[in-house]
Amino acid sequence: MVETVAIKERSEDATRAAAWQVAASVPDPEIPVVTVEDLGILRSIELDPDGSIVASVTPTYSGCPATQMIQQMVLEALQRSGFENARVETVLSPAWSTDWISDAGKEKLRAYGIAPPQQSSNSKRALFGETAVNCPHCGASNTERVSEFGSTPCKALYRCNSCREPFDYFKCL
Amino acid sequence: MSDNVNLFTYLLRLADDHLILSQRLGEWCSAAPTLEEDLALANIALDLIGQARSLYSYAGEVEGKGRDEDQLAFLRYEQDYLNALITEQPNGDFAHTIVRQFFISAFMVPFWRKMEQSADETLAAIAAKASKEVAYHLRHTSEWVIRLGDGTQESRSRMIEALDDLVIYTGELFENDSIAEAAIEAGYGVDVSEIKDEWDHTVASVLREATLELPSVRHMQTGGRSGRHTEHLGHILSELQYMQRAYPGMSW
Repeated sequence: MVETVAIKERSEDATRAAAWQVAASVPDPEIPVVTVEDLGILRSIELDPDGSIVASVTPTYSGCPATQMIQQMVLEALQRSGFENARVETVLSPAWSTDWISDAGKEKLRAYGIAPPQQSSNSKRALFGETAVNCPHCGASNTERVSEFGSTPCKALYRCNSCREPFDYFKCL
Repeated sequence: MSDNVNLFTYLLRLADDHLILSQRLGEWCSAAPTLEEDLALANIALDLIGQARSLYSYAGEVEGKGRDEDQLAFLRYEQDYLNALITEQPNGDFAHTIVRQFFISAFMVPFWRKMEQSADETLAAIAAKASKEVAYHLRHTSEWVIRLGDGTQESRSRMIEALDDLVIYTGELFENDSIAEAAIEAGYGVDVSEIKDEWDHTVASVLREATLELPSVRHMQTGGRSGRHTEHLGHILSELQYMQRAYPGMSW
């Protein structure tokens, strides 16, 4: 009996892990070089008592139109991989922050030409002070903000005074 | 009033503030003075509509009558909207839009920060994100207030006019009525009288830098929280609701 329970738990763990792999690899629709796992959007994968997979995702910026798209993509990815009864749930608390973007995710953003968020978003300086943003192209710190608001809710427009290239900065939240 | 009805009304007021202001800002889309500013106003509008959606969805759950965010946003009449009057004031010129947004953002920053301590977990979670988003709105509009106030003769006189026109709608933001008091009592609402000092301080210090002054007011306009609106709201709704009224239940 004990052994049966152990086997069941092991297989549940394996199912969860497999579903996590599938959901985690879904790319962000706006910035396809990073995945929902890199961004810290995928919170958890749980198994319902009836055996179906429940993926919990968290919205990023309140007005981000990609949020619904991401939920749909996670759901479709799970269904395609055989988790037919999968569901996606939205979790608001605790609120997502750019601190949740993994180091690997930040490096992918930089390589893609988007300067990753630089400071802890809890720091007041990140919101009100002078944020020193390094150019994702040449690495120079001599950059200037062109506009607080960019092409998507998560980005600000910057320009490098060294290589003269414009670039996006992923804003701290 | 039962606890749930009170929470529903409290949420609706907040959601309506965000929806109506967002709709107003959206009117600037493709018509702002510069491309960067076009993006900025649209982005602020997008933050507000995101916050409104979370609030409406939650309000619908609390009400428990099966109304979703769309039904709450699109299928009510003028007197059912409970937004503060300042949010529905016309865009006017760019100075009016900036002053309106500055007054409201200076209010929203301390409001959402306090709301993070709300006993209601969902409200606290919405607040945790909103308080960081509105910080950007306040910074952006403060920069414009300074630039325009301390700018040319023309920009300065327009700012003075905008302050004169809009200051009478700021008092309503700090009113506590029986619904707000019940919300504070229950631990989920913010006591807006406690954030008045911070608002005064923020506004005074930015205006000082802009070489402007807040006009003194004898009488503040009020009524939005109980559904008594200025003539502007009906026009906003006719545009906002057109599709849902013409094609009930339509979806994209």
